[in-house]
Amino acid sequence: MKDGYTTPDGRVIGDVVMEMKNITLKFGGVTAIKDISFDIREGEIRAIIGPNGAGKSSMLNVINGFYHPQEGEVWFRGEKRGPMKPHQIARLGIARTFQNIALFSGMSTLDNIMTGRFTKMTSGLLAQAIWKGKAEREEVENREVVEKIIDFLEIQSIRKTPVGRLPYGLQKRVELGRALAAEPKLLLLDEPMAGMNVEEKEDMSRFILDVNDEFGTTIALIEHDMGVVMDISDRVVVMDYGAKIGDGTPDEVRKDQAVIDAYLGVSHD
Amino acid sequence: MSASSALDTFAQLLASNATRFKDRPAYREKEFGIWQSWTWAEVAKEVHAMACGLVELGLVPGDHVAIIGSNRPHLYWSMAAIQCAGAVPVPVYQDSVAEEMAYVLDHCSARFIMAEDQEQVDKVLEIGDRLQGLDRIIYLDPRGLRKYDHGKLISLSDMQELGRKAGNTAEVEARSNALTADSPCVMLYTSGTTGRPKGVVLSNRNIIETARATCEFDHLKTDDSILAYLPMAWVGDFIFSVGQAYVSGFCVACPESADTMQHDLREIGPTYFFAPPRFFEGLLTNVMIRMEDAGRFKKWLFDHFMNHAKRIGPALLDGKSVSGMDKLKYRLGNFLVYGPLKNTLGLSKVRVGYTAGEAIGPEIFDFYRALGINLKQLYGQTEASVFITQQPDGEVRADTVGVPSPGVELRIDDTGEVFYRSPGVFVEYFKNPESTASTKDAEGWVATGDAGFIEPDTGHLRIIDRAKDVGKMANGAMFAPKYVENKLKFYPNILEAVVFGSGRDMCTAFINIDLTAVGNWAERNNIAYASYQELAGHPKVYDMIRAHVEEVNASVAQDEMLSGCQIHRFLILHKQLDGDDGELTRTMKVRRRIIEEKYADLLGALYDGSPSVFTETEVTYEDGRKGKISATLTVGDAATVDASAQVAAQ
Repeated sequence: MKDGYTTPDGRVIGDVVMEMKNITLKFGGVTAIKDISFDIREGEIRAIIGPNGAGKSSMLNVINGFYHPQEGEVWFRGEKRGPMKPHQIARLGIARTFQNIALFSGMSTLDNIMTGRFTKMTSGLLAQAIWKGKAEREEVENREVVEKIIDFLEIQSIRKTPVGRLPYGLQKRVELGRALAAEPKLLLLDEPMAGMNVEEKEDMSRFILDVNDEFGTTIALIEHDMGVVMDISDRVVVMDYGAKIGDGTPDEVRKDQAVIDAYLGVSHD
Repeated sequence: MSASSALDTFAQLLASNATRFKDRPAYREKEFGIWQSWTWAEVAKEVHAMACGLVELGLVPGDHVAIIGSNRPHLYWSMAAIQCAGAVPVPVYQDSVAEEMAYVLDHCSARFIMAEDQEQVDKVLEIGDRLQGLDRIIYLDPRGLRKYDHGKLISLSDMQELGRKAGNTAEVEARSNALTADSPCVMLYTSGTTGRPKGVVLSNRNIIETARATCEFDHLKTDDSILAYLPMAWVGDFIFSVGQAYVSGFCVACPESADTMQHDLREIGPTYFFAPPRFFEGLLTNVMIRMEDAGRFKKWLFDHFMNHAKRIGPALLDGKSVSGMDKLKYRLGNFLVYGPLKNTLGLSKVRVGYTAGEAIGPEIFDFYRALGINLKQLYGQTEASVFITQQPDGEVRADTVGVPSPGVELRIDDTGEVFYRSPGVFVEYFKNPESTASTKDAEGWVATGDAGFIEPDTGHLRIIDRAKDVGKMANGAMFAPKYVENKLKFYPNILEAVVFGSGRDMCTAFINIDLTAVGNWAERNNIAYASYQELAGHPKVYDMIRAHVEEVNASVAQDEMLSGCQIHRFLILHKQLDGDDGELTRTMKVRRRIIEEKYADLLGALYDGSPSVFTETEVTYEDGRKGKISATLTVGDAATVDASAQVAAQ
């Protein structure tokens, strides 16, 4: 494997964090993913794109450990990863958002983001019930982290608003907040811009770049919107019918004939 | 700092406050959900470190330093630091798009710029190559700026650190001591309803003497508090949050973000509060909408006690005698309705409240007075360091703007224009001696540009309209657009109105609906709409607005002089008038001429009798990009009252 690289804007990308080796995933007779290999490096923004049904979400679910591929290996930080439960994955430092928002709609923004701190809460049921000692200390620490996220995402004005009452774009932002609350090393975003208008997309792009910049979080995202993907990612994997048809920087992918034919449409030059 | 005990400059005031008020809170800001406080002694230290840092970075006396950002304690401190370093702070409207900012930054040849965050830094960098003298951009919030070229950029905290290590305290003290009452204190750009903004230079004497006199007028003390939420580039904010705060030592609280202002207001509960009429109108509209949605009993309780309050409340505030029974009932109402309502609005502790800038609807004004909130009116402008007239406690009315503020002389000339002379009168317009000369005469009298008169019995000033807007219609009848617009805007459903008619044979109007009020009304009446534009064009909305216009016509008809100003035809605009499109000033005043030019097609339709008109309008988004929206607008006809039929008959 080659070493890390430097992005055009001067960020230094480090070693491989996660490596997918010859992954094949089948649901009964349907092959969702066919023999795909790629890696994700420390500090980069890595996108997975492809037309509808290309297997993008399945891929994300494999990274996330939710699906277990029939063939191939997933390596995380130099270790081969076996089948794991979602909460075990979370403790490894991997957090995600969902394509269809999965928040507690009756709870406030603050409480929703607080749930993202779940892995950092270790005090027992009794301690939490009587609210003394460790439980109290933990709550204060966790609240501080959450408040910083609220400030970061500029959602102070909806701190106490039940998320069910928020517009879609803001709910997406709250969901990102909850994922950030876990202080992930690797953040997985499933179509973070789906259903957004131009302004909301721009805001979200800004936040994704800022998360990467401020916290050094490695980000893997699936996205439909080509413009957004090409603007914000460092490297792109292109999938079509479950197979990988391209992998490289946005410029390389844009010029790749197979990608143009399959996804971007035939060039008119 | 200095041996003299005079308090002629902000450097001296700050040093004195650091010992006099020492551990009392000077500034508060909500950060990460918790209110943080800084005492006067701490503020003095922070300011000193900033001043040393500025000197270390090469700021020289007489430089201009632009400040671009929302109300944040650090930005307020930077103003004092800039003064201590011998330079002049120039706060700039932070919501200006880059183009507008370019003019101001270039005009004042700012060498240093204090920018709040990435958004503002980006704007400055965008126009950077046009700013010849620009040396340094100092930013407060480092977020997103790490990857920027730091040749010119430095963070505010790094600058302070630089200052603490620099060891140039003596230099900073020498510079502060060299300042006098006549040194420039601040330069503020007028919002400019016409033409380019002008840089108004105000001296230490202007600000400090005005602040001192007005603090005394309203008995403002160190235990008072305000919420600083209006643009820092507006003279009022400078007087309230800097001038009066330094003079009386009260505490200035900064909201967490612009969107949380209402919530922060409630938590802080300021005792001294200023808001433009627009704010009070919006608040009242919200209250009324929520009462419409409340249960029958609550609604009855509210209506019943509000009726009582409207009768008794203002009298109680003015200290007039009220019968025992009425007083008792008011107290009960206070317990059940007024108290909780004031608490929800965040106005329970307000001891002195002011509104200014535009006329406020009498009903809106009385509503707040009835609740027991001491809301008063003042009249002022940038050139006067705000205060020209204000209402003393006990002499408050909706239709006047009060008596001359302490130290202010008033004069009305033959044409009816109001002139004043006061210690607050500005030094000059920066780099614009012609305008200075045409505004301020040799004896120090300043033309306000407003037409008005002084009531002989009470000595209160009443403002009619902008002098240059008052015109004549084709048949010679008097035309005062603001007078009619204000009547229209007093309806919660109407956000903004622009009346035309100068030199024409009849008056017409553009109307902007208030989306909150009309949206709620639509919801209650099962009217479906997908956008602002669709709602604005809905026939039922036209019917409702027509009813308002006709009521206004009836009311205008009663005034003999102005009965010609009744509105014959109107249309509801498909977009809100916006500062970004240049239609409003940054202080939300209508720019008549620009609107007239931009919507010439619509105006034509109002006068040529066509029933509808197609239009395409360019809009500017917040980031300065432009787009287009198009619509077909209906022109509505409104009935007028007889009195006008005689005047307007052809």
